Amino acid sequence: MTRRKTPSGPQLDTEQLLHAYRTMRTIRAFETRVGQEFEKGTIPGFTHLYSAQEAIATAVCMNLLDSDYIGSTHRGHGHSIAKGCDVKGMLAEIMGKATGLCKGKGGSMHVADLSKGMLGANGIVGGSAPLCVGAGLSAKTRGTRGVAVSFIGDGGSNEGVVFESMNLAVVLKLPVLFMYENNGYGEATGFSYAVGSGDISGRAGAFGMPAEKVDGKDFFAVYKAVKVAVERARDGGGPSAIEAMTTRFGGHFVGDPQLYRAKGEVEQLRREMDCITEFVDRVLKDKSVTRKALQQIDTEVDALIEEAVEEALAAPYPAPEELFTDVYKTY
Amino acid sequence: MPKKTIREVIHDTIQDEMRRDPTVILMGEDVAGGAGCSGEDDAFGGAFGFYKGLVGEFGRERIIDTPISEAAYIGAAAGAALTGLRPIADLQFFDFLGVCFDQIYNQMAKFRYMFGGKSDTPLVLLSLVGAGLRCGAQHSQSLHPQVTAVPGLKVVMPENAYDTKGLLLTAIRDDDPVLFLLHKLQFENACEVPDEEYLIPFGQASFPREGTDVTIVAFSAMVQKAVAVADRLQQEGISVEVIDPRTTSPLDEEAILESVEMTGRVVIVDEAWERCSVAADIASIVARKAFGALQAPVMTVTAPHTPAPFSPVLEDLYIPSEDDIERAVREVVAYRR
Repeated sequence: MTRRKTPSGPQLDTEQLLHAYRTMRTIRAFETRVGQEFEKGTIPGFTHLYSAQEAIATAVCMNLLDSDYIGSTHRGHGHSIAKGCDVKGMLAEIMGKATGLCKGKGGSMHVADLSKGMLGANGIVGGSAPLCVGAGLSAKTRGTRGVAVSFIGDGGSNEGVVFESMNLAVVLKLPVLFMYENNGYGEATGFSYAVGSGDISGRAGAFGMPAEKVDGKDFFAVYKAVKVAVERARDGGGPSAIEAMTTRFGGHFVGDPQLYRAKGEVEQLRREMDCITEFVDRVLKDKSVTRKALQQIDTEVDALIEEAVEEALAAPYPAPEELFTDVYKTY
Repeated sequence: MPKKTIREVIHDTIQDEMRRDPTVILMGEDVAGGAGCSGEDDAFGGAFGFYKGLVGEFGRERIIDTPISEAAYIGAAAGAALTGLRPIADLQFFDFLGVCFDQIYNQMAKFRYMFGGKSDTPLVLLSLVGAGLRCGAQHSQSLHPQVTAVPGLKVVMPENAYDTKGLLLTAIRDDDPVLFLLHKLQFENACEVPDEEYLIPFGQASFPREGTDVTIVAFSAMVQKAVAVADRLQQEGISVEVIDPRTTSPLDEEAILESVEMTGRVVIVDEAWERCSVAADIASIVARKAFGALQAPVMTVTAPHTPAPFSPVLEDLYIPSEDDIERAVREVVAYRR
């Protein structure tokens, strides 16, 4: 296939644009279905959906290789899909099935696939920051030119360990990107209340690294900013921080009545802050891709999700003896 | 055979392993010292000088001084272990567990299980426990029960230089997170240590004294005291067996139970507090699994339920003494139903 440069972004050809679309659509369809399945009772525990933030995970991970690392959050399905985790394995995991990526022992908040450089969703807010500093240290020590990206929410940005981690990454000049996703809410508390300075990237910059804010619903803006940061990290230029301004179409968790949101707020955001709509409008307008190609992807994604759900529902739960395995390597 | 102190064994073993395996790194606060200063490089070599000289051989890329940020660098050690390194993270005092506990019990301990057995976390967290240096309540605690309680962690408490070498080699090569806890009063203790490599498996107790009348299970700095009591009582014809489990997790239950089956009497000696402790845990195991053999109540000798005091007069009372141990042994020996 010939790679044709498009006006949508100097680095992206049609194939890459379609990949971006497929990834975002897969995340949206996955999350929508997970929400429905959760309400039906086929998914145990609690689960946090990524809908509205798809452009961020997708743009970040399109700048990464399998040998690069990401550390995720409790809202981690989108990051996992974008980093290449198997959708069927993920759905089975979230349903607690033996065929899950982590044999059903991790669940929604601990989906991981080390073979894809996905170091796990994390049930501890801000939890991925020090782990990714370590992964960056590992890449630097082993001379792999690898990069580690820590996804952190606006809520997580207030955790002390995140501050410590940013300082440590700067001191050791590690190939780490602190990727803040500011969706405006930490659980049921607004960002404008909880982040005292009102400026996460400014705070990160004060640690001594390049930091910038980007429009999180603009795939191309995120892609461009991340590309610069990742290349800098790969070339030994040390850590960076990016704060992507975004929103959350759902609640903190599925089932959250969202009483803290204004009436009509979500509907308005869905109209004005949908990163997928914005992406589609742009690539169709500049004719980088055809509507038919996008529709083809829609069909394929919907079929994949349907198949993944059916297979996960039919899959067996872990055998009772699995309770006792994988605590230690040898017992 | 050459005599070496625990301090020398720590230094030499880490040096050997770093020469053997390029993925082994050492990180922590002042593991070299002197960074960003205009005086001597390698000014500390660790808070107690264990690592002096290593930075000269391996450089600051592998002997990594971190800011005073325990949560970040212990978490980073976990992340590095997950991605191909074998970090040794030095935590100057185990009391600082409080500021990095999340990284230990929520992160490193659970990776293997949460990820369905598809990850290794080969990490050694080396730290110091125990009272006796007049350091007060925040630098004198024995917090090994807090980590022994957590599935996924291994906890090693060597009490002599020979064991330290064999256990540290095992720890560094282990694919699970290991907490390697030395007692502050012990690292100048010397004994014969072979130059050649030997590994001591975890979960295998040693028997510093064999005896038939009463069993003492002792940990860390308490082992020497238990041995002193055993030797003293031997002269009166009381035969005391001293067991040093060496690791609290995994725990060599079998060695303890076999001994209690023979003696029928047990005293458990540990410097940690008793409530929810390793001592209480072993007492419970013995009560459940060797009930029929017991000829006296299970006794424990531990620190009292108080913070570690500063004043030397009070601290000496706080630390379990040979007299405390001897009193407990005499009590179980004299016990009649």
